[in-house]
Amino acid sequence: MKYLDEFSNPELAKRLLDSIHEIATRRWAIMEVCGGQTHTIIRHGIDQLLPDEVEMIHGPGCPVCVTPLEIIDKALAIAAMPGVIFCSFGDMLRVPGSSQDLFRIKSAGGDVRVVYSPLDALTLARENPDKQVVFFGIGFETTAPANAMTVYQAKRLGIGNFSLLVSHVLVPPAIAAIMESPECRVQGFLAAGHVCSVMGTAEYPMLAEKYRVPIVVTGFEPLDILAGIRRTVMQLEAGSHVVENAYPRAVTDQGNEPARAMLRDVFEVTDRTWRGIGMIPRSGWRLSEAYRDFDAEARFNVAGMHTDESSLCRSGEVLQGLIKPHECAAFGKECTPRNPLGATMVSSEGACAAYYLYRRLELTAVSHV
Amino acid sequence: MCLAVPGRILRRYEKDLALMAEVDFGGVLKEVCLQYIPDAALGDYVIVHVGFAIQRLDEASALETLANFANLGILEEEFGDGFTRAAKQAGAVEGVMR
Ligand code: SF4
Repeated sequence: MKYLDEFSNPELAKRLLDSIHEIATRRWAIMEVCGGQTHTIIRHGIDQLLPDEVEMIHGPGCPVCVTPLEIIDKALAIAAMPGVIFCSFGDMLRVPGSSQDLFRIKSAGGDVRVVYSPLDALTLARENPDKQVVFFGIGFETTAPANAMTVYQAKRLGIGNFSLLVSHVLVPPAIAAIMESPECRVQGFLAAGHVCSVMGTAEYPMLAEKYRVPIVVTGFEPLDILAGIRRTVMQLEAGSHVVENAYPRAVTDQGNEPARAMLRDVFEVTDRTWRGIGMIPRSGWRLSEAYRDFDAEARFNVAGMHTDESSLCRSGEVLQGLIKPHECAAFGKECTPRNPLGATMVSSEGACAAYYLYRRLELTAVSHV
Repeated sequence: MCLAVPGRILRRYEKDLALMAEVDFGGVLKEVCLQYIPDAALGDYVIVHVGFAIQRLDEASALETLANFANLGILEEEFGDGFTRAAKQAGAVEGVMR
């Protein structure tokens, strides 16, 4: 139990773990959807502290990782254009496109900026009226309200040299796609807490019922995750499959109503391709008709990209929980954070990055035996 | 990028017709959009994601989370410079690719 003392409250952690050990009598596979939770689990060795009966399967909840290669290549093409200031969250910088990444575009003289908030990109647009300012609008439901507000403000303030390259994705359709897959082993879900802070929990009972899986809304800190796992195992052992909220301090049933109203105004549901996974119907948002003028894809005419994905990279299987990162033959060899073959190796929510950061030594030690 | 960090509202003001706040994240001050939690008052704690408050949080939970994040270096990751981090990851020297 070498990690237990790294918990903020080791005693509470021990109590939760003891309880999980006590209630788990059969083998269960639980997916944490969110990549942030994956990092907490691996960083704190939660998967190793759990009883053998309980396996954590890492899910597709890393927005950077699932952004389709075609959109990444479009982003790179736009960022390389003269007269463009291309703004992004820092996580995107080293995500490999077909032959480049944003970091290299910047090194080659492209004007790529990392912003903390999408509103910072809007400020840049106003300060640089002779430039086109593009923001790379990716993310799940947690991030979408920020991007929606930014486009809303651009329209309201008449900032015409701003546009959004949109690739938003949604959690509930991803849960459905995972459950529909013939290889699916997932028996319960930890739902991403902050997605529910925005959206509430109304979309989940249908999924829990249809696929007969418990869904437990869970926070991001180690103790939150233990609490979420415990509730899920309790449901599994009891044969129940309902939605529970194990993160009530930040999630209400109805979510954030003003944010949801803004999302309904600025975005509309669309089919979306997930990198490595493929098309999932109605699994994303794009700009609604009223805001289409701010769509960077249309403004910069970057259609018909030829994409070239690494043939070694198995991130699609990693993202669907079909393999663990170290089961990819390239892990730690051809593929490292320094020379990533897939986005999952460089994103701060990517599972391959988590295993490389926190498990590399023990995993390579094992493979030498 | 999916991280959400609790912070305390120090000042509320309007900018470009939007309600904004100065928020203290364990010593790091940032401008945050309050449009989605418009009734959050001075001194309240809110959960902030990419510059937007998305929910409220009680003070005790907020302080605990902030202390955890500070210990784990997560605040530094969230508010530090993205290019420096990317350069380090790429093994580049002073932001220049080898
Ligand atoms: S280790 Fe690298 S190559 Fe293998 S799946 Fe992960 S990102 Fe792809």
